[in-house]
Amino acid sequence: MQRVRHNLLNRALAHAALITYTIIALFPVVIILINSFKTRKAIFRHPLQPPTPDTFSLIGYETVLKQGDYLHYFQNSLIVTVGSLFFILLFGAMAAFALSEYRFKGNTLMGLYLAIGIMIPIRLGTVAILQFMVAAHLVNTLTALILVYTAQGLPLAIFILSEFMRQVSADLKDAGRIDGLSEYRIFFRLVLPLVRPALATVAVFNMIPIWNDLWFPLILAPGEETKTLTLGSQVFIGQFVTDWNAVLSGLSLAILPVMILYVIFSRQLIRGITSGAVK
Amino acid sequence: MRAETRSKRRWHIAIFLAPAVLVYTALMILPLFGTLKLSLYQQVDQQQVFVGLDNFRTLFGDPNWSESFWRALKNNTWFFIIHMLVQNPIGIAIAAMLSVPALRFKGFYRTAIFIPTILSFVIVGFAWKLILSPLWGIAPDLLKMVGLKHLFHPWLGKEEYALTTIALISVWQFVGIPMMLIYAALLSIPDEILEAGEMDGITGMKAFWKIKLPLILPSIGIISILTFVGNFNAFDLVYTMEGAMAAPNYSTEVMGTFLFRTFFGHQTQPGDPNMGATIAMMMFFIILTGVVIYLFLIQTRMRRYQF
Repeated sequence: MQRVRHNLLNRALAHAALITYTIIALFPVVIILINSFKTRKAIFRHPLQPPTPDTFSLIGYETVLKQGDYLHYFQNSLIVTVGSLFFILLFGAMAAFALSEYRFKGNTLMGLYLAIGIMIPIRLGTVAILQFMVAAHLVNTLTALILVYTAQGLPLAIFILSEFMRQVSADLKDAGRIDGLSEYRIFFRLVLPLVRPALATVAVFNMIPIWNDLWFPLILAPGEETKTLTLGSQVFIGQFVTDWNAVLSGLSLAILPVMILYVIFSRQLIRGITSGAVK
Repeated sequence: MRAETRSKRRWHIAIFLAPAVLVYTALMILPLFGTLKLSLYQQVDQQQVFVGLDNFRTLFGDPNWSESFWRALKNNTWFFIIHMLVQNPIGIAIAAMLSVPALRFKGFYRTAIFIPTILSFVIVGFAWKLILSPLWGIAPDLLKMVGLKHLFHPWLGKEEYALTTIALISVWQFVGIPMMLIYAALLSIPDEILEAGEMDGITGMKAFWKIKLPLILPSIGIISILTFVGNFNAFDLVYTMEGAMAAPNYSTEVMGTFLFRTFFGHQTQPGDPNMGATIAMMMFFIILTGVVIYLFLIQTRMRRYQF
């Protein structure tokens, strides 16, 4: 009896603490979103109230959409993120297959070599990366960003994918070989479809840091044509420091795409983290 | 025949490996060496001249440079300490509560608490800048509600508070990562172990301290090294909230902003790729030291806890 009461108390305390922290986590986001739909007066007079018919206003969004090239920035971010993910997954899976499937001289060494990048941030090579991009005439192109993010994502992708590929049954691959499938077919037709969950995990892990990165867009592609949404909103919001409606709406528009991605992929993301893929 | 199939196989291996190795080598490994090389050269009359360790001597010997370097390192260390003392314990505590059996709404809490982690530094930085702004007054209003209005300061504008404030905002943003990793580790503890503890009367808080915590030490080790690498590589949040000059008066300077400003220059000082590379190399050595300590001292000792 005492034990039951004890458990109940424990659970009530856990709920109280978790609700408190959830409020702390969500409060700033909610404040930004609700105030972005209010008149300037209401933003300052009653910042904590949701918009009412009296205080509702879309003036901030009008300013932002008129001046900022949000749609274009969004498109750049989308190209960079999708392009990088494609190459991370394709090249990563190919290398992971080579490392997990074939025994060859230097296999372990190659694995270690490719793993260095898991711990050493690619940013430390920025000075030389910029020189390389200048020499290759890739400054202010989305290609430069895709290349850098591919290099950044590969080490962890190879590490995770080769763990999963080791679990693919050898019998299956050998059966394929007996049927005369080439090694490429075995990889693309037999192995890749089987590690799809792992591919999804890797994609979700890489998606958010690439989408949110400020450093490389700032250094490699700061031009108006190639601005990503993260860099674009940084510059854009910075210009409107005194126009609170515009700043709040700009922020809300930057939050929106990430939240949509999160709602779509959160289950995959959480499953990926908790399945121990990164242990 | 045999030799032929073997050599054929070797070609497959090379083709599978080539794209990843090429991109990775060209953009990750070679730039690291390129940066090392740049740190050993100086620009003299439009020409790069080898100067050995002169740049490092300047960085540590010239008071103008060494003062900035040590300030950035000291601030960065404080930034890291706050993450270790606030972010990771909160993350572990939340994970421990989430793992209470039969707790409802787990999925909701987890999803909601992870939201700040997915937002970009730009969003987080500006959102908090607005909330803490004395102009808008949300922070003073909230403090007034609990009768603590006198505690309010324009934290981001005061030298003594700015760095700690930014570190705490970064903690707010990234609590989700230790929470998720520790939660996963707690789930992987076999029930038999906990049941055996229960037989001996070890339950509740005691079970956490005596049984679970020792078993999740390896995950805490991973979180610590991830925090270390992330913190000594930090740049974005400071840049968004305080600019490249790490206002007020360089009090929020971390290694990342120091590198950025040196490399690109600022109002009074032209950009200097060689000194920038020198700072990047120092960051490399700091991070490498942390990773080596982790791999050789911490991880090898923790093996025995794995099951």
